[in-house]
Amino acid sequence: MTAPAGDAGAGLPRWAFVPAAVGGLFVVLPLVAMATRVDWSGYWSLVTSASARAALALSLQTSAASTAVCLVLGIPMALVLARCRFPGIDLLRSLVMVPLVLPPVVGGVALLYTFGRRGLLGETLEVAGLQVAFSTTAVVLAQTFVALPFLVMTLEGALRTAGSRYDVVAASLGARPTTVLRRVTLPLVGPGLVSGTVLSFARALGEFGATITFAGSLEGVTRTLPLEIYLQRETDPDAAVALSLLLVVVAVLVIAVTRQGRPARSPL
Amino acid sequence: MTLSFAATLPARGFDVELDVAEGRTLALLGPNGAGKSTALGLAAGTLRPHDGAITLDDRPLVRVDAGRTRTWVPPHDRQVALLAQEPLLFPHLSVRQNVAFGPRSQGARRRAADAAADRRLAEVGLAHLADRAPSTLSGGQAQRVAVARALAAEPRLLLLDEPMAALDVDVRPELRQRLQHLLAGQTAVVTTHDVLDALLLADEVAVIEAGRVVERGPTARVLSRPRSAFAARIAGLNLLTGSWTGDGVTTEAGEVVHGHAPGSDLAVGAPMTAVFRPASVSVYLEERHGSPRNTFRGTVRTLEPHGDLVRVRTDHLAADVTPGAAAELSLVPGTKVWLSVKAAEVDVYPG
Repeated sequence: MTAPAGDAGAGLPRWAFVPAAVGGLFVVLPLVAMATRVDWSGYWSLVTSASARAALALSLQTSAASTAVCLVLGIPMALVLARCRFPGIDLLRSLVMVPLVLPPVVGGVALLYTFGRRGLLGETLEVAGLQVAFSTTAVVLAQTFVALPFLVMTLEGALRTAGSRYDVVAASLGARPTTVLRRVTLPLVGPGLVSGTVLSFARALGEFGATITFAGSLEGVTRTLPLEIYLQRETDPDAAVALSLLLVVVAVLVIAVTRQGRPARSPL
Repeated sequence: MTLSFAATLPARGFDVELDVAEGRTLALLGPNGAGKSTALGLAAGTLRPHDGAITLDDRPLVRVDAGRTRTWVPPHDRQVALLAQEPLLFPHLSVRQNVAFGPRSQGARRRAADAAADRRLAEVGLAHLADRAPSTLSGGQAQRVAVARALAAEPRLLLLDEPMAALDVDVRPELRQRLQHLLAGQTAVVTTHDVLDALLLADEVAVIEAGRVVERGPTARVLSRPRSAFAARIAGLNLLTGSWTGDGVTTEAGEVVHGHAPGSDLAVGAPMTAVFRPASVSVYLEERHGSPRNTFRGTVRTLEPHGDLVRVRTDHLAADVTPGAAAELSLVPGTKVWLSVKAAEVDVYPG
C-alpha cells in the first residue's frame, strides 16, 4: 500500500472507511442523478427564461439583503451572547437558536401572526402605511428569520475561542470599546465572521417553507428560485431540473469562496 | 502618593491595601493563588471590588461601598497599562502597528503614532523588526515589543503580571535588564515569585499570602530580614518565628533558637523572627551537644540540586550540604536527621 510521506497520524480503524464512503455517496449520488436528467440542448433557454431570470435575480437580491440584516443584528447578538453574563442568558441563547430546529413552515406561520395584516405588529404597521406580508420585504424577513442563527452561532463560537484577553490589553492601552471592537475583536474573528456570513447567505438562498407561507409566490415579487423550481416541477420538470442545477452551482461557488484562504486542515 | 489602593473581594478572600509613590516600582510577591493577579485586575478595571477605593494621581478610579458602585472609571480611561505573562501582540497588526495602537487609540495621528512606536521600539532594541508580523518573532522579542507597546500608551501606572514567567530562562536576563532601565521613573506594580525581579526591578516589596499583605517594606530590608515565610523562602533563608524568652526565641513548637540579637532591651514575650542561611546548617544523623549550637529535629522531605551543593529540605527548614556528605549520610526522603546551626550564624530581630 502506498501513502504520501509525512504525517501518518495514529490511524483510523479500517471499518470506518465503509460508512464514510456510503455517507459520501449518499450526498453526491443524488446530485449526479439530477445532472443526468438535465436536457443539455435546451439548458440555456430554460435557465434564461423570463420567469427563471426574475426568480434568480429576486433570490440573489433578497438573500443579499437578508444577509446584510443578519450582519447588522447578528454581530451584536453574538457579542452579547459571547461576552455578557446576566441571568437568563442561557435561555436567551437557546431561544435565538430556535429557528434552526423549527420547521420553516412553522416559522412562516409565526411571522404571519407577527407581521401579517391581523398580526401582533401588523395592525400597527398598517396604520403606519406599511404592509409587509406577501411583499418582497416579507421574503427578506423570512430569510433573515431562518438564516440569523447560522451567523450568530458561528460568530459566537469564534468569539469564545478567541477569548477576551486581547480586548483587555487593547482597553488597557486606552482604546474605547468601539475601537476595541473595530480594530481588535472583529479582525481576530475574521474567518468566523466570513463563514457565518456565507452560511447565512446560503441558508437564505435556499429558503422555501417560511417564504411560501409568509410571503406567498408572486412572480417577480416573492417567487424566489426555490419557489420557482417547486412550481415548475408540476408543469415543466425539465425546467425544474435545469434551475435546480443552477442553484447547486451557486451553492458550490459559495462553499468554494468560504474555503478559500483557510487552511484545509487546522494547524493543530 | 500616585497610586493608593484599598479593596476587598470576599468571594476570593481578598483584602489588600497598597500604595505606590510617583515613579517607584512595587513588587507584589506571593505564592500562586495568593491574590497578586486579583490586585492587578482591580487596578486595571477588569475586576470590580466589593468594597474599596482606588485613586491614581488624586483621581478616583474606583469607589465601591459594600457592593454599591459610587465611582467607576472604565479600563480604557484609567491610563493604566497591563503587561501580561504572554505578549498578546495583536496577530493581525505589524510590530509597529502594535506599538502604535495605544497612541492611535488615544487620538494621535498616524504619523505621530508611528514615530512614537519607532522610538519605543528603539528603546527595547527592536527598531529593525518594526515591519515584521508578530508571529515571526521569538518569545523574548515578542515580550519586548509588548513592553514597548505598553509604554507607548504613556500610562500613569504600568502593571506587569509575571512578565518573565512565560519566557525561556536564557532570555530572561535580557528583558529584566531592559525593564530595570525602562521602569526608572515609571510608576509600576510588578507581580513575581522570582527574587531577581524583586531585587532588580522593585524599590519596595509587598508579600501577599491568602489575599492579605503579610509584609511590606524596602526590597533590601524584606530580602535580608524577612518576616514572612514566603519572603524568607524566595530570599533563600530559613525563618523561624516565636517570642523572646530572655536569651533566645521560643517557637510555637517549643524549639529554642539562640542567635545574634540586636540589643538587650527586648521585652520577654515580644514577637521575634530568627533567620539563617541554609549553607550555615549542618546535618547529622544523631543529636550533637555543645553550645553555642541550635539543633532541630526533622525528617527529610526533598533533596534537590542547588548550585554544586544539595539542598535538603525538612518540613520547615533547609540545609545545603555537599553531595559527598549527602551520600555519606545516605540521605533520602524519610531519613530522620538533626539540623544544627551555630548561634553566631542566626540573625534575630523583632517582628
